Amino acid sequence: MSQYVLRRLLIAIPSLLGISAVLFFVLALAPGDPFSELATNPNVPPEVQAALRARFGLDDPIYLRYLHWLSAMLHGDWGFSFVSRMNVDTLILQRLPTTLYVIGSAQILALLIAIPVGVYAATKPYSLFDQVANTLAFVGFSLPTFFTGILFILIFSVTLDWLPFVYSTDVKGTGVHWVLEMIRQAIMPVAVLGLFQAASMTRFVRSAMLDVIRLDYVTTARAKGLGQATVIVKHVMRNAMIPVVTLIALQMPAVFGGAIVTEQIFRIPGIGSLLITSILSNDTPVVMAVTFVFACLVVLFNLIADVLYGWLDPRISLR
Amino acid sequence: MAGLTLASPSAERGVYSPWRETWRRYSRHKLAVVSAFLLLILILAVVVGPFIWRVKINDIDILAGMQGPSLAHPFGTDDLGQDILARMIYGGRISLAVGLAAMLVSVVIGTLVGALAGMSRGAVGHGLMWLTDLFLSLPQLPLLLMLIYLFRDGLKQVFGPEGGIFILIVLVIGGLRWMPVARLVRAQFLSIREKEFVEAARALGASPVRQVVKHILPNALGPVIIAGTIDVAAAIIAESTLSFLGLGFPPDTPTWGRLLYDAKDFLDIGPHWALFPGAAIFIAVVAINFIGDGLRDALDARRVI
Amino acid sequence: MLDKEMRSMIVDVKDGRMDRRAFIRRLAAIGLTAPMANQLLAIGGVAMAQSPSPYPPTKRGGGGPLKLLWWQGPTLLNPHFATGTKDQDGSRLFYEPLASWDVGGNLNPILAAEIPSLANGGLTADGKSVTWKIKPGVKWHDGKPLTADDFVFTWAYASDPATAAVSISAYSDMTVEKVDDLTIRILFKNPTPFWANAFVGAYGCVIPKHLFADYKGAKSREAPTNLAPVGTGPYKFVEFKPGDLVRGVLNPDYHMPNRPHFDTIDMKGGGDAVSAARAVIQTGEFDFAWNMQVEDDVLLRLEKGGKGKTTYATGGDIEFIAINFTDPNVEIDGERSSIKTKHPFFSDPKVRKAMSLLVDRDSVKKAIYGRAGRTTANYLNGPEKFVSKNTSWEFDIDKASKLLDEAGWKLGADGIREKDGKKMKLLYQTSTNGPRQKTQAIVKQACQKAGIDVELKSVVASVFFSSDVANPDTYPKFYADIEEFQIPMTQPDPALHMKRYISSQVASKENKWQGQNFPRYVNKDYDAAIEAAETEIDPVKRATLYIKCNDMLWQDTVFIPVMHRLVVDACANTLQPVISGWANRTDNIQDWYRTA
Repeated sequence: MSQYVLRRLLIAIPSLLGISAVLFFVLALAPGDPFSELATNPNVPPEVQAALRARFGLDDPIYLRYLHWLSAMLHGDWGFSFVSRMNVDTLILQRLPTTLYVIGSAQILALLIAIPVGVYAATKPYSLFDQVANTLAFVGFSLPTFFTGILFILIFSVTLDWLPFVYSTDVKGTGVHWVLEMIRQAIMPVAVLGLFQAASMTRFVRSAMLDVIRLDYVTTARAKGLGQATVIVKHVMRNAMIPVVTLIALQMPAVFGGAIVTEQIFRIPGIGSLLITSILSNDTPVVMAVTFVFACLVVLFNLIADVLYGWLDPRISLR
Repeated sequence: MAGLTLASPSAERGVYSPWRETWRRYSRHKLAVVSAFLLLILILAVVVGPFIWRVKINDIDILAGMQGPSLAHPFGTDDLGQDILARMIYGGRISLAVGLAAMLVSVVIGTLVGALAGMSRGAVGHGLMWLTDLFLSLPQLPLLLMLIYLFRDGLKQVFGPEGGIFILIVLVIGGLRWMPVARLVRAQFLSIREKEFVEAARALGASPVRQVVKHILPNALGPVIIAGTIDVAAAIIAESTLSFLGLGFPPDTPTWGRLLYDAKDFLDIGPHWALFPGAAIFIAVVAINFIGDGLRDALDARRVI
Repeated sequence: MLDKEMRSMIVDVKDGRMDRRAFIRRLAAIGLTAPMANQLLAIGGVAMAQSPSPYPPTKRGGGGPLKLLWWQGPTLLNPHFATGTKDQDGSRLFYEPLASWDVGGNLNPILAAEIPSLANGGLTADGKSVTWKIKPGVKWHDGKPLTADDFVFTWAYASDPATAAVSISAYSDMTVEKVDDLTIRILFKNPTPFWANAFVGAYGCVIPKHLFADYKGAKSREAPTNLAPVGTGPYKFVEFKPGDLVRGVLNPDYHMPNRPHFDTIDMKGGGDAVSAARAVIQTGEFDFAWNMQVEDDVLLRLEKGGKGKTTYATGGDIEFIAINFTDPNVEIDGERSSIKTKHPFFSDPKVRKAMSLLVDRDSVKKAIYGRAGRTTANYLNGPEKFVSKNTSWEFDIDKASKLLDEAGWKLGADGIREKDGKKMKLLYQTSTNGPRQKTQAIVKQACQKAGIDVELKSVVASVFFSSDVANPDTYPKFYADIEEFQIPMTQPDPALHMKRYISSQVASKENKWQGQNFPRYVNKDYDAAIEAAETEIDPVKRATLYIKCNDMLWQDTVFIPVMHRLVVDACANTLQPVISGWANRTDNIQDWYRTA
């Protein structure tokens, strides 16, 4: 096993290099300009905009810019933001805690809802509980987060006035009060994002469980006189976990990458909102750094998922 | 584990062709039948709708803006006084077509890549997973902007404005959403290909293609169908964001996703504006989901119906 | 026009025969308003009245926290690197210029002891120098005194190309010298009628020499002060998270009496305009939200029984549709919309006139802008003294159709006009933005009724406004028949605004599309008028020239002005902000206060 992991890690290095090159070329080829805001300002002649482009090396050949980026990255230099004129790692680190807190909580919420609901619904297919759960799930992923977010704001902030809808990184107060305030302001974004993901995840869990629950060995286990709970947890879930683990592995990088729409709506200064503003202002060093870390996480969690498959189903041979 | 064989109890009932058998099983799933009917009505409505409801989609009448449902405007009007029913009928064609076609693209690509990666060992498998990882890490917005920049004019010339854009949108949405399907299919394959019934088939000399098509794939379809139905909803919404980037249909094309987006700031003034397109997307999604469920049950030989 | 009469009036005021207010009233009667009158008096040798700003608070502080919401948060805090107004707004909390523009478009002294004029010797008759006196006793936030050296350094810093400052053009073509510790003199290369650009307004903020001296030129990015500003402003820097939060606290040593009113200031960034309006007007989580680019219906609804209101300030921002004089569909030497081509139908003035008749500005105002816009026929909408009274507009589809018929464009069988086998189809592009897409829809409908087929296109703002030479979708490339966007007026002077459209500025491949004349308008009379205005020191003649230029743009239908846009913000009922349409939102932040 450890040999397998080691080999996969070694393969990861060239594959990440390849990914980084593709990412860089896509970003460089994508049109736009970090200084487009200057364009309509009569005080700033277009030559200034063009001179800035040249100064930040935007007019250099792409392969040269990639090599620059790569050698800097190998020296631990993450680059320098055109727009904020500061180091990219500082920018990202500033936003990491908020992202981990909000998006992480949302993912946990999604799992906490999806797994029990999906499992229970699958044990009683087409029961009332199953029907209600399914309908709610359909509502959940038919409505985009930009819509549910505003709906939540209208209900809980504007009408009921229970929750704030502007996320603050500078919560006043100390101790318990601080903790409560942090929780209060995260309720809506976590709910919006968590419910959206729970909706599709519930459907997957239910389906995975249904695939397994009708198999003969489950019937055998029941026939042996094992209790329903034991059968479900010990015999069914473990085998149904493979698609679920796959999905979780797909979702985990987002805990770092953030959720662009939700972060915009609730003004959460996470990495998602950093990414989108940087993309819109063509701040390539920031976009490159964020997406590259994201790519590393994608590869890493893919590896973790593969290892978990082997543990869940020992017959899977890892080579 | 004899139960894993594909022998179906229903086979004993008589001589049915497999297709009729599938249909018989499908028709037992009441919700699925109702859903298929519902989807048919939706499709019919957007296809023949414009011939019955002859209000123009872009008749602006500012004085009649933000009206709730009435006889003249059964679904009300938006802020420019345009008839929402007419716009939904028009936009529904695009939304449904894009949703279904993009779903097919993503499911087909995802299943192919996942199946190949799941079956092959060594370089091909690693290569395909690398591709999946790459697509998962690509930031979509710059990629889309690059695609517009590189291909929009070319495609327009080759396929004409409408057809070219439709193909581009379907390929773009489908092409950016196949990765979860690929990973799910691969994971299923890794597990199923080691199961006894596949080993048995292998031992009996079944070719790899036969192993996949006859034995592994049918057992791996569960998550694929779920992913497909989720993709329909996602594609309908994604289409609306594309037109903001100048990639989709022209900005005045009232697709369902677009209507919902435009309505969001007016949610407290005119909820009807969001309600109808939102409900339409919901109905389409529910119908497609139940059809998927029905199909799965019908194709799942183990299940006794 | 009225030249002599006005001159004699100025003399009257000077000699005390005529009251200043009577003078302003007289000018108002002929269409010139207070800011203009004041500048006339200033140049005519009368000291400008210090613009009165009522400020009731009688002590410093005690106003509690001031919570601002900018839906695009500042991303940096060095005023000379500020790419957008959001960055200028953030830096302006801490840094200050010599003077800023007040609500009426007058200069309001901030760090200056007085506004230069001919009377106080600050200005010279040849328009080639300005002498500014600096307010004594001003201290930087770290306690060091502010002196003339800081100003000379700021000029050297910003005008050095290696610094890569965006304010570079405000400081080029001049030298700045120290006269004494509290006096500087700006020497212009050419006579400069509009002298209030350097050290005034957003790019006028002075930075401390003692903290930036080591970071001039190529090392400018390394200055620690870039991220932790030390200025002279009403608030001292506390914390900065780019794109998210700027925090400041009252400056106890501020140089203006009883100011600032608020104990702390928070500027939160992110989100969208509508929810920002909600946070101020509906829930009251914030005191002030910037730039409400929202349909007026939405704002009206929010304001019903809300905790806040919207505020409006008039400047000169113009939303317009520009007409392409060249052919976007023909490529010559690798360049479309080349000046060597002629537009297939817009080269005919009748067709341009018809197009103008098809823009229903009233409907656009009703459906979208509401209180935030004024319909106008002029490209130049302010300050009042530069606004032409000779123009008019109307919306008339029948008249447009008639004009098109006259021009030889007859209705075809498919309802689309054609001439010599060519269909009248046009591509209408703009940047992606809700109100703009709605304007597109309204214009498109009128065009269809007149038999013009319109294809709409929207381009992401970061691409549309980019200077990327390779991209075909930018506004200077203008690969469309008409395009819509807004050009803001960042100062109450039309020189930069109007200079764009001279023939030598035509955007082309040769100048890498850096020419600012994107409609590719060529008119010798226009060129001559602009050239004359550039060096015209006499304010009345100068205003007349710019009005003439505006009228030429109207006569030739180069632009179809859609809306003269006002500055719109959301504001808590108790807050009394001071917002000028000629300046950034925070340019007069020291005068803001809250009523009980």
